Formats: sequence, C-alpha cells, structure tokens
Amino acid sequence: MSEQETYSAAGEVGHVRLRRSRAQRIWIELKKAPPTAIFGMLVVLTYAIVAIFAPFIAPYGEADIFPLPYAPWGDEYLLGTDQIGRDIFSRLIYGARNTIGIALATTLLTFGIGGAMGLMAAISQNWLDQLLSRFIDVIMAIPSLIFALMLLSIFGSTTIGLIIIIAILDSARVFRLTRAVSLNVVVMDYVEAARLRGEKLGWIMRREILPNILPPLVAEFGLRFCFVFLMIAALSFLGVGIQPPTADWGSMVRENASLIQFAKYDIKGAITPLLPAAAIALLTIAVNFVVDWFLHKTSGLKDEH
Amino acid sequence: MNTDNRGKKGDVLLEMKDIVIDGFSDERWHEIIKGVDLTLHRGEVLGLIGESGAGKSTLGLAAMGFARPGCRLTSGSITFDGMELRAMPESEKRKLWGTRIAYVAQSAAAAFNPAHRLIDQTIESSLRKGLATEAEAQADAIDLFRAMQLPDPENIGFRYPHQVSGGQLQRAMTAMAMASRPDLIIFDEPTTALDVTTQVNVLAAMRSAVEQFNTAAIYITHDLAVVAQMADRIKVLRYGEEMEEADTRKMLSAPEHPYTKSLWSVRSIQKEAEPSTDNILEIKGVDAAYGKSLKVLHDVSISVPRGKTVAIVGESGSGKSTTARVVTGLLPQMKGEVFFNGAPLPPELKDRSKDQLQRIQMIYQMADTAMNPRQTVAEIIGRPLQFYLGLKGKAKEKRVIELLEMIELDESFYDRLPNELSGGQKQRICIARALAANPELIICDEVTSALDQIVQEGILKLLLKLQADLGVSYIFITHDIATVQAISDEIVVMFQGGVVEQGIKGEIMSPPYPEYTQLLLSSVPEMDPDWLTNLLAKGGTSSETHA
Repeated sequence: MSEQETYSAAGEVGHVRLRRSRAQRIWIELKKAPPTAIFGMLVVLTYAIVAIFAPFIAPYGEADIFPLPYAPWGDEYLLGTDQIGRDIFSRLIYGARNTIGIALATTLLTFGIGGAMGLMAAISQNWLDQLLSRFIDVIMAIPSLIFALMLLSIFGSTTIGLIIIIAILDSARVFRLTRAVSLNVVVMDYVEAARLRGEKLGWIMRREILPNILPPLVAEFGLRFCFVFLMIAALSFLGVGIQPPTADWGSMVRENASLIQFAKYDIKGAITPLLPAAAIALLTIAVNFVVDWFLHKTSGLKDEH
Repeated sequence: MNTDNRGKKGDVLLEMKDIVIDGFSDERWHEIIKGVDLTLHRGEVLGLIGESGAGKSTLGLAAMGFARPGCRLTSGSITFDGMELRAMPESEKRKLWGTRIAYVAQSAAAAFNPAHRLIDQTIESSLRKGLATEAEAQADAIDLFRAMQLPDPENIGFRYPHQVSGGQLQRAMTAMAMASRPDLIIFDEPTTALDVTTQVNVLAAMRSAVEQFNTAAIYITHDLAVVAQMADRIKVLRYGEEMEEADTRKMLSAPEHPYTKSLWSVRSIQKEAEPSTDNILEIKGVDAAYGKSLKVLHDVSISVPRGKTVAIVGESGSGKSTTARVVTGLLPQMKGEVFFNGAPLPPELKDRSKDQLQRIQMIYQMADTAMNPRQTVAEIIGRPLQFYLGLKGKAKEKRVIELLEMIELDESFYDRLPNELSGGQKQRICIARALAANPELIICDEVTSALDQIVQEGILKLLLKLQADLGVSYIFITHDIATVQAISDEIVVMFQGGVVEQGIKGEIMSPPYPEYTQLLLSSVPEMDPDWLTNLLAKGGTSSETHA
C-alpha cells in the first residue's frame, strides 16, 4: 500500500472476468435453471418434436375415417375414435402441429406488427405516435373475442384469415408494451448520438433500441403465445376457428364434449374430450414456467443480495 | 428535546476499531473496507475523502451500524456513546437512527417523498419516536429552517419538494436531520449535485447549523476544497484502506502520503492560452426555445477559433447545453445563424449533409448512457468508421485498435461491453468514438464532471494531447473552474440564457469582472480552510432566487 502506483487508464479496472462465448454462457445459465424451468423446457421440447414429426408418430392420418365411431380405448385405437370414427390419438398428435403452428405464426405476426408500430411511435413522438396510439385505443376498447367473432363471420374462417385477424387484434397490447419500454431507451444519450451521426430510423430501431428492450418483449412473447393459443382453442370450440377435417385441440373438445355425461358408465371415455384440453393446459403452464425464469434472469441482473 | 444528557465538547462520541466490511459481487465476498479505525469527538467534523470505490460511503454508513444490502460488517467494533452497535439488535438501532444519528444523502430530490409537504417530512421522525407534539415539532422545524437560512422559513415548509430549488431542498434535508438534535450526522456528498453558487450557501448553512447545535459530523466527499471548508480533521481513504489522517490545515499544507499528494496535484494542470483569429464555428445572435413558449437562449453569439478550446461556463439552467443542442442541430434555433467553416449550417438536423454531421462530434457527460450497453467497444467505435468513412473488415478492425491506442487503452478492450469498463475508460471510449469520425469540432458536455479527480486529470490531459496532435477544436461545457483553467483558450460566461462575456482566458479570469462572473469565480471553493469564512465575511454569496 505504500508504493506509489503510476496512473494508467487501462489499469483502472483490474480483474475483468474471462469473456465466455455465448454458447458457454447459455450452458452455464441452463445448468443453474430451477426445476420448474427445466420441466417447462422439456415439455415445450416434447411438444415441438411431436408437432414436427406428427406424420411419423401418429398411427393414422388426421382425416382417416374408420367404420367404428365412439370406439373405446384399446390396442387398435389407443384413445378410441371420435363421433365419425377418426382415431383420437392421431388427431391429438396432428392437433399439436396445427394448433401450435398457427399460434406461433400468429404470435410472430403480432410482434412484427405491434413491435414495429410501437418502436416507430416511441421514436417519432409526434402526430404519428398520436395517430397510432389512438387507433390502438379504439381496438382495445372492443372486447377482442367478440371483435374476432365478428371479423371472422365477415371474412370467413380460413386459416390465413384467422392468423391475420388475431394478430392484428393482439398487436394492440404488444404495441403498448413496446412503446412503453422503448420510451425509456429513446431518451438515452446513445440514441441521440446515433441520430447526430445521421443514422436512419430503421437502424436506430434495430440496432440501438431493440437489443435493449428485448427481455420484456421475449417474456411478453411467451405470454402472448399462450393467450393466442387459448383464443384459437376458444374460437375453434365456438366453431369459427380451425375448420374440419383439420385436427385441432379446441374443436376436438367440442366434438366429443357430449361424452362427458357418460362418466358414470365409462370413465375412460369421459376423459377423452378432456385430453386435448389437458394438452393445452400443460403447454400453457410449461411456457409460463420458462418465461418466468427468463424474466427473473433478465430483470434480476441488478438484484442486490 | 433530548438536549439534557449531552456530553461535553471533546468527549469521544464514536469509536470504530479495525472495521472490516465485505461486499458481495461476482458471486463471492470481497473486502471493501480493510481494517480502518475512526475516532470522532463531540462537536467535531471529520472529512472522509477518496475516489469513488474507496469505501467512503460504506464506512460512513457503518458508523450508524448499518450495512447496505449486499454488504456485511465482518469484524471490528463500533462504539457510539458507550454502546456497541455491532452487537445491538436491529430494533434497538432503529431507535437510534433518526434520533441520535442522522443521515443526509447526496440527492435530496430523491430522498424526499414528492407527495408530502417538506415540514411533514421534517418532523416525521420526531413524531414517530414520540419526542414532541405536532405543534412543538412544527415550531421547531421552522426554527431549523431559519437556522439553515432558508428564505421565508415560516412558510417554506408547507411547500412540496418540487416547489423549491435543489439547494433549498438540500438545506431542508439537513434541517430534517437536525430535527431531533442528533449527536452525529453523516453527510454523504451533500453538495455534489449542486451548482457552485448554490453550494456555497448550502455549505455555509450546514456549517453554522453544526456549530450552533454542537453536532458531530462525518462529511463524505471527493471534493478536497469543500472538505477543507467543513472539516476539522481529514481522513483519506483508498481501496478501503486509510492512507492518511491529519488536521485539516496540516493535511492541506503538508500531505505526507504520496497518494494524498497526487490528489492535491490534480488541480495543477494549466494550459497556456494562445489567441487565434481563424474561427471554425460562429454562432451569431441565436435565440432558441423549447416548445413555443419557454425561451432559453437570448441573442447568443459565440465564436470558436480553429484548433482551440472554448469553455462555456455557467450554472445549470444558464443555457450551456442548449447552445450545444443548437450547434448539433437537435434544437433548431428560432432566430440567428450558426456558421461552420464560413458556411451557414442548416438549423434542422435532417437538412445537414453527412459531411457536416461528420465534422461536428459530441461527447456526453454520462458515458454510461452515451454507449449502448449491448454493443461491444469494437461496435461502438467501429460504427462511425463504417458509416462515415466506409471502412470494413480488417481495415476497420485496424483503425479501431489504432484509436484505442490513441486513447491510451489497448487491444484487450476490443470486445468488451461497456459494463466491463470503469468510468474513466468509458469516457475514453466515447472520445474514441468521436475521434473515429475525423471531426474538426468536438463538443464536450461536462465530460469530466461525473469522474474522480485523478481520472479527470487523465481525461483532460488526453484531450489536450489529442488537440495538439490532431488540431481539433473543442467547445467545452462545464461548471468547474479548475477544469476551465486546465483546458481552455477562451472562456464564455453564460447566465440565464445569455452570454455575459467571451474572451481570452487570462482576461476573463482577472479583474475587472462583470458582476455575475465575479460571483461565479468567488463561489468556487479554494483549498484554503478559511476561504468560506472569508467569503461570508465579505458577504459575497448570492441570495438565491426564490422559487
């Protein structure tokens, strides 16, 4: 402590930890993940595999009709057949592909629309911001399920139409979130520095702001995904969602719902319509576990011990 | 109130022996304070100085028996008026805090609850501890406001925090600490966030209050000149160890430790001013306003000679930064023109050519917010190279490393993120980013004010060296006169949105002064323990404008 150290700028921060590659850092985080997050990730992974490899896993096609409707559980039809004789187990597997695929596409589109508009509104902060914000207020003022029902009955229930309508309705919330978190970043000096440098709007949005608002957006992505999922299931249950013979979990519940009343005669048969509902519930919970963990990791960076 | 059992002046009030404090970071415990002793007598003011990270605040809080979250008191003893604080349960300590030991934080604005009146917050702790009735406490608070020399003491307490100025708020905060007549007050950088002209008032009020109530105090700061006014004794800390402790006068006149000497020498950089006639930038008769109504610049004319430094000084709200915003094009002026290299600059940023943008670069006060935390040093410095000069790949990489060497850093910084850098290093990276564009003019907005003395010196020397090597011109915005002495050729004094005077440094800094320049210069604390006393005797402080 007595020797006089010569001042050097490079020596101001003494020990800088080893820089690890991104893969290493992710691996370290994964090893420290709580059991709920690991459970969530395993479930999501399983669903993804089932959805991707559905034709190879499922014993029958989703639209194959067999002569025996309402067949009981057994070796030939693992979970029995439905009201017109389709194998429920196969439809459950195909349903993963259809329902999750559509939900994912919808959520991505939601974030594309809502995120881009939110960023533009936050950066411009002028009449454009006013226009977009008020437009979004109007959309949010109408209950989204009723709005969706109305639009679907006007434009018809095609898969593409379904995706676009839900995406536009849901993008209102994403717009709000993106705008709110971006406003905190837009006032930073580095954004001003980029503007002074003469950077274009697109560059500022993508390179200066987006990386800094990503954590809340990713967390929101997980939650939105679940809600879209439930919305599609609800619409399908009401009959305006995914149309037969395409298998999806929401309509599968509706089609076999009457079986529930026979619970006292055949408990297995009564459970059958609940299986797709359980599949939805499990995925929703799993995704939320993962999102919770991610939120905790990213927002807890500055946590004091 | 509890003035009865107060000991005599000169008794030992607080004794801290061999204090060790650990802090938790990078997933393990580090020693922050490594065995420091501290003794404080009644009625005495001890100055704790050191750079940020030296452990001043941690030690100050430990004097209350408090360890902030993420820290723990590992060993040593803290004896306050015969009571051992380390062994005392939390509930007992709470009874001491706010009654016998009080704490004044750096940012009064953040410490006051904006939803309650000042007086309610001032008397809150007295009421909660049941020391007085509300009427008594209010009457006492008004006395304290008077003692703190607040304007209109009878009524100021009934305002909300946003209705008074920063200096008044800091004094109200001290009054709040005084409300229960504590034996010990800990001041943690109480004037760091204030302008020099305001700081003088606050210092004077604090000092007289401490003397009047015979309170012992620990005064934590990194500003030597301030501590010279306040403290009877000074303790210098570095990396959690005590470097030196001595009486203020002795410490100032004959520091012993080499580190202490180096702290003292920081203020000694002096630049020889050279006159020049060739102006790179001329601001002529500029008016500017935020929105439609709030006019902040009135007829501002400033000229910046090529290859020289013009320092713009003034307190906050004087229009220094607004002038910079007009020059950069962020705030188009209402009237007047800005000429760059003889040609008028378009007022709006979007009308300026890439070449014009490239020639004028900016360095910010807070390097933390001036760099995108998600970009590496290479990306931050590389972007202007690619954007303005079209460098790519190897050529860009080579130039980034050259720039890193110019700012006295090296290749090992290439892929670091901003949060892996110290404050001084961050500011250097910002300088490198500005240099990457090959600018002719760099606007430095308070670039050293957030940094420690020694780091400041390094940055100022670097800026001077770069000017000598590259011939770049600076507009240097600051409120610190020592910095002005160090770097400027010419000085512009601004007050309430107008230019008071512009001239060569030597002329501005010597009499005769316009009235405001006089006030500004006289408010800068000097390294003389009698400075404040003499200044007050002369009656040279401003009467702060009432909010």
